[in-house]
Amino acid sequence: MSKTYYNPDDLRKFSKITEWSEELGEKFFDYYGKVFEEGALTAREKSLIALAVSHVVKCPYCIDAYTKDGLQRGINKEEMMEAVHVGAAIESGATLVHGVQMMNKYEKLSM
Amino acid sequence: MIKQSLHKRESILSKAEKQLEYLSNGVFKNGDLPSFKQKISETSQFPMRAKKLEILQLNLGYMCNQLCEHCHVDAGPDRKEIMTRETMLQCLKVIEKTGAHTLDLTGGAPEMNPNFRWFVEEASKAGIKDFIVRSNLTIIRANKKYNDLPMFFKKHNVHVVSSMPHWTKGKTDKQRGDGVFDQSIKALQDLNAIGYGMPESDLRLDLVHNPSGAFLPSDQLSLENEFKKSLLADFNIHFHNLFAITNLPISRFLDYLIVSDNYEDYMYALVDAFNPAAVANVMCTNTLSVSWDGWMYDCDFNQMLELKVNSKAKHIKDFNEETLRDREIVISQHCYGCTAGAGSSCQGSFS
Repeated sequence: MSKTYYNPDDLRKFSKITEWSEELGEKFFDYYGKVFEEGALTAREKSLIALAVSHVVKCPYCIDAYTKDGLQRGINKEEMMEAVHVGAAIESGATLVHGVQMMNKYEKLSM
Repeated sequence: MIKQSLHKRESILSKAEKQLEYLSNGVFKNGDLPSFKQKISETSQFPMRAKKLEILQLNLGYMCNQLCEHCHVDAGPDRKEIMTRETMLQCLKVIEKTGAHTLDLTGGAPEMNPNFRWFVEEASKAGIKDFIVRSNLTIIRANKKYNDLPMFFKKHNVHVVSSMPHWTKGKTDKQRGDGVFDQSIKALQDLNAIGYGMPESDLRLDLVHNPSGAFLPSDQLSLENEFKKSLLADFNIHFHNLFAITNLPISRFLDYLIVSDNYEDYMYALVDAFNPAAVANVMCTNTLSVSWDGWMYDCDFNQMLELKVNSKAKHIKDFNEETLRDREIVISQHCYGCTAGAGSSCQGSFS
């Protein structure tokens, strides 16, 4: 069997991180749970934000988790893909806006 | 889309004992996951026992005009099992004397039983508080002889409960077959037109949501809001409540899980979502499920797995409410389906 850094089964073991640092692990999972509760934003809106961010941070575990979460909430594939594009647009925008820095530097150094 | 039932295809999973074997092997046998018995023992909830009978659910036959991918009954046009008039008469005797407040007719498509209307007329005379027919909706539009079903339901004050996996065509048709969504929408409009499902109406129309895939249903109320918003905006359709029901890993859904390589993940998801509080309210503790041939089961799922009630009397002709009370509920790993999250039953989630 080929070795890989990522194993889909590891997602199930996520809660085990608490075993090596109980206090911090518990605080994290309490916080995480609280973040995704219905609030000023619905749990559905939060799920779509999480899906977009999952792609931006390129976390395969998060992508698996929030695709499934979206399906459970009845979010359809068009909505999911639009969310991914929102993430991608911000990410590429973040790259491109640095073009201004490049332009500034170019102008400063040029005669 | 599938073309035939597992039964017709002579699939190994059409055999109840093979399904039970599968559910006890693999991740449960090697100890990766606890058996349902071990799990409920951790919270001292084993053995589960039947309480007062509240819901009598009768399966009028496995014949259906649809062939849904996830069907736990393995129903379809090729199934010939149909409840006879003789068994119906035995059921009527029970309906007359039972203290159950709900009578729940299911199938297959129960309307396809040739004695369906006669039976509904007779059963409605018993004055049961909540008389449910689980109608797949498309049957109403399938053939002229069924077109007047909404009026027939109204006449007998039947509570209509219908399946609808999603508020969009694509997802619905993928699970239930091409054209099912459009026909279901028309049937819902027919029901609305005579008062079913309207906001202030006493003619109850509820929808059932089963996830269309290897995942669990989300919060019932949020889903209900999404369904209501979309069906009203897109089709001007009203309904009362949405029941979010978890797909249990049996029959065609089990087959789907195995073929799509989702079985293990699904079982992990069910076990992870185990909610001890849901155990107290699972439907098997207040329900009796009767098969087309009159055998009695703790629930519809046990019926499909041929796990008869653990009681001296196992057939409806020998029905005795006292001996059935306190009976030990027959369990296996499929039971995790009803204890996941908020819990799941034919009446939806519990909380």
